[in-house]
Amino acid sequence: MKDIQSIRKDFPIFSHDPSLVYLDSTATSLKPQCVIDALTEYYARYSANVHRGIYDMSEKATLEYESARERVKDFINAQYSEEVIFVRNTTEAMNLIAYALGRKIVSEGDEIVTTIAEHHSNFVPWQQLAFENGAIFKVIQVMPEYDYKLHPEHISQVITRKTKMVALTYISNVLGVINPVRDITKAIRRANPETIIILDAAQASPHIQLDVQHLGVDFIAFSGHKMCGPTGIGVLWGRKELLKKMNPFMFGGNMIKKVSLNFTTYNDVPYLFEAGTPHIAGAIGLKAAIQYLETLNLKEIELYEYQLAKYAINELKKAFGDKIRFIGPTNSPNKIGICAFTFLDYHPHDVAQILSDEGVSVRAGHHCAMPLHESLGLEASIRASFYIYNTEEDVEKLIKSLKKVEQIFHVNL
Amino acid sequence: MSIYKDIILDHYRNPRHNDLPNNSKFTINVDNPLCGDIITLGLNIKNNRIKDIGFVGKGCAISIASASMLYDYALDKNISDLQKLDSSFMLNMLGIELTPNRLKCALLSLEALTKILCQIKI
Repeated sequence: MKDIQSIRKDFPIFSHDPSLVYLDSTATSLKPQCVIDALTEYYARYSANVHRGIYDMSEKATLEYESARERVKDFINAQYSEEVIFVRNTTEAMNLIAYALGRKIVSEGDEIVTTIAEHHSNFVPWQQLAFENGAIFKVIQVMPEYDYKLHPEHISQVITRKTKMVALTYISNVLGVINPVRDITKAIRRANPETIIILDAAQASPHIQLDVQHLGVDFIAFSGHKMCGPTGIGVLWGRKELLKKMNPFMFGGNMIKKVSLNFTTYNDVPYLFEAGTPHIAGAIGLKAAIQYLETLNLKEIELYEYQLAKYAINELKKAFGDKIRFIGPTNSPNKIGICAFTFLDYHPHDVAQILSDEGVSVRAGHHCAMPLHESLGLEASIRASFYIYNTEEDVEKLIKSLKKVEQIFHVNL
Repeated sequence: MSIYKDIILDHYRNPRHNDLPNNSKFTINVDNPLCGDIITLGLNIKNNRIKDIGFVGKGCAISIASASMLYDYALDKNISDLQKLDSSFMLNMLGIELTPNRLKCALLSLEALTKILCQIKI
């Protein structure tokens, strides 16, 4: 990976605000200039619609949009570009599966399995699907004994002939631990080869290499904005044979071949799932983001983040000892740059507010993972997350600001 | 400017009326699930005035301090006057400015009081 100072130069936000300590990349990442340029270039030079015009500009827009799809295909090592569907974000991708496939195949008495570590976007769609279709909703726990990782056997034990779908996260946005997805997939397939496996890769795509063929899942979803790309663009990848069995999720332009008074013939996959004018600039920006991450090299990104998070955890322990309670593993080799914790009895909102006054941006709350917080006996937590542009100085500023929190609240509560 | 002024920290560390009154005739629970804050308010009324008031709760400094200050203010006050209290009263009392996210913390105690006073009317 190139040196950190030149990476920081790629992100114009640091020249606007050199003192910015941004520790909330898990919520959304900052954007490099090359992504901003790709968006601007589309809007300034060839802002035509796709798959429609016969004129040059529209051909160019279509070409760029489709080359973004191609780039995503390579990025996740998919076999076919038509397996790549552009959506708004991971949430939309999950809803698409739940509506276009789930409501078709899940019947009364069937089972849907998910885990306690899910973001609400990979929890609520399945909970509601189970509720509507009369299915049983099973939730797998994570345990400190296994570094809070999902255990293949724990999952396969609950899989039965009735299990239609399993939805799980690659990396929890709170725990930060990388789940052994390939092993989990194998264990699920052994228990029931028919079960559809859906992977939330929102926290994986920015940090580690994705290989859909190696992972062996049926669907993967992720968002562009967490991986240096624009907001409003995300990806759903699905196996071609499954996508072809699915109903359209939305109806309208682009998803049709022929419309007459009494019937409509649908377009092919993936256009069938991209009704209406898509986020063209977003897809083009996502392509630029992927190029950027690949130039930095995802293996090296993963290593850099791991080292920085390890440094942060050690320094926080040194500075605060037992006053800090970490959520998730503190000593796992399979962890990305997510560091969630509580600080004495201080309310996370108060902590985050004072950190903000000190110029440090962290997240406070349940991070859209209420079931996980509840299972850990917490209402909320503080989360500092690290990405390619964060430095050890950021960690030091975090510690200095936490000392300020202590100073303000320091009285026996 | 920091919102953690001395008066707020004082009420947070030593909340006034931080216990439910014995035999409170009226009680209510309110919560803010987004941050996990919760307040249980209890009170008694005599001659249209608040005679005893107290709360227990969990929350951030702003929500606890505002409960402490508001209920301290409300003691012995006339119900119909208390029913007129609004968010600008709360901000005035706290003497700070709050972003929309944190405003919810400051208004939880008022929500409890407003709701309980509605019950009393019925």
